Amino acid sequence: MSDLNQKMAAKYQNNFLKEIEEQAEMGEWVKMCMQCGLCSGSCPTNFQAGWDHPPQELFMMIRAGKRDEVLKSNSMWMCTSCYNCYVRCPRKVPVTHVMHGIAEYAYRIGQSPKNQPTQHLSKTFWDNCTKTGRVNEVKLTQSLYFKDGIGSGIKKAMEMQSVALGLVKAKRLNLMEAVGLSHKCKDIKGIHAMLAKANELEAKRQADKAKA
Amino acid sequence: MARKEYAFYPGCSSQKGASASNYLTSVESMCKTLDIKMTEIPDWNCCGASVSYAESGELPRIAMNARNFALAESNLPGQDIVATCAACWLGSRESKERLEHNSGLMADTQLALKEAGLQIKVIPEIKHMVEVLIEDFGYDELKKPVKKPLNGMKFAGYVGCQTNRPFGIVGESFENPMYLDKLIETVGGEAVPYDQKATCCGGALAFSEPEKAQAQIKDIIEAAYDGGAEMIVTPCPLCQANVEVYQGSINKKYGTKFDIPVLYYSQLMTLAYGGSAKEAALDGNVVRARKLEEFAGK
Repeated sequence: MSDLNQKMAAKYQNNFLKEIEEQAEMGEWVKMCMQCGLCSGSCPTNFQAGWDHPPQELFMMIRAGKRDEVLKSNSMWMCTSCYNCYVRCPRKVPVTHVMHGIAEYAYRIGQSPKNQPTQHLSKTFWDNCTKTGRVNEVKLTQSLYFKDGIGSGIKKAMEMQSVALGLVKAKRLNLMEAVGLSHKCKDIKGIHAMLAKANELEAKRQADKAKA
Repeated sequence: MARKEYAFYPGCSSQKGASASNYLTSVESMCKTLDIKMTEIPDWNCCGASVSYAESGELPRIAMNARNFALAESNLPGQDIVATCAACWLGSRESKERLEHNSGLMADTQLALKEAGLQIKVIPEIKHMVEVLIEDFGYDELKKPVKKPLNGMKFAGYVGCQTNRPFGIVGESFENPMYLDKLIETVGGEAVPYDQKATCCGGALAFSEPEKAQAQIKDIIEAAYDGGAEMIVTPCPLCQANVEVYQGSINKKYGTKFDIPVLYYSQLMTLAYGGSAKEAALDGNVVRARKLEEFAGK
C-alpha cells in the first residue's frame, strides 16, 4: 500500500490537485469550489465539532498541495451522507461524493488514519453485505462492537444491552443471525463471480489511471 | 387485477426479523387497502448503502445495484422498482443515473453482470414508496379509504436526509419539504411545526461515532417535543431506528426524559384505514405508541 503512495507522490510531484482530480472518484470537481463555505455551514457533524477541516477548507488545502494533511485527515470520514452540502452548493459540486472519493483514495493508498471507526464500518458493512448478498444485522453489530478487542467489545455490548433487548422484544433483531441463520440471496455464487469481475475491472481502471 | 403493480425492493432492513420489519408489515397492510400489488424482485440483493463507499469502489457498488435492475427487468418487465428504504432508493437511483450517463461504466457493469448470467437492457424507473403514494395516487385518493381519522393527534413529521436529498420528491423543497406533513393531515392527524424536520440523524455514524450522532438525535427529539408533538413519523428505516432506540442512552447521558414513539407513515395510514394494531405492526415499536394502541383497539 505505501508503495502505491510513493508511486503516486512521485508521479504527481507537487501537483496534488491533479492527483485528486485523476485518482479520486469525483475529484475533478474540486477546482469548481469558490470557497463560499456553504458546505461547511450545512454539515451536521460540524455543529458537533466533528471536522478538523470542513469541506471548503479541504478543497483549498488540496489546491495548496497539502497532501499529507489532507490524506491523513479524519475529516472526510465524518461525512454522514446527509447530502445537505450537495444540494446547497451554488457551484453544484457533489460535495458528499467528493468527500467519499477523497476518503476512499486515502484508504486505497494506505494513507488514511488507522482504526478510523467509520472506515472500519465501511469495510465491515461491505464485507458483510456481499458475503451472502444481504446484510446480517447481528453479525454487523458484533463485528463493530468487537473491533477494538474482546474487553472493549463486551463493555460496548453491555452498554447497548437495553437497546438490543428492546429490538429483540419488538422482533426486530433476530439473534439466530449470529449463527448464520440470516436472510441470504439464493445465487450467492453468481454474486461473488459478478463482484470478482467488477473488482478486477475496477483495479484495471485504477491501474490505467495510475499509468497514464 | 390490482390498481397498480410494482417490482418491490424491500431492502435488508425490511425483512422478517430485521430492524425495520414493522415497516414491511405496515406497508403490506397499507398496500392491501390501496390495492397496490407489490411483487418482490426475485433474489434481490443489498444496495451497499452509502457507507460502503470506502471499501466497495464505484464499479462493484454499482454492479450490486445493477443486478437488481436486471432481475427486476427480466422477471417483472415494465414495472417500476419501488423501494421503501431511503438508502436503497438513493443507491439505486444514483447507480441508474451514473450508468445512463457513462457508457464506459455501463460496459464494465455489463461484463460483471454477465458473470452472474444477467444483463441490462433498459433500467426501470426507481421510485420511493412515498412517490408512489403522492405521484401515482395523490392525497385525494389516499384520503378516500380513511375510516378512522387520527383526530387530535399531534405528530412531528421527520423527513430526514435521504428521502429528501439529493433526489427528493418532485415539487418539494430540500429545506422545508411538506409531503410528510400533508400525509399526516390526509389521515386526520395534526402536523406540528418544528425546526429539525430535515436534519440528519447521524445515519450510519450512529454506529461508528455514537456520541456525535446521539447529539444530533437529541436535537431532533427536543425540537419535536418543543413543537408539541406526541409522536414522530418518518419515511426512513434508519431515521426511525436511530431516533427511537437511542432515547435511553441519550436520557442517561443528558438527563433528558425522552419517551416519544417513532412511527412510519405506513403505520399511521394502516390505522386510519381501519387496520388493527397488528396490521400496523405497533408491536414492532420499541418505544410503544400507547395512544395508537388504544386507538386501534376502539
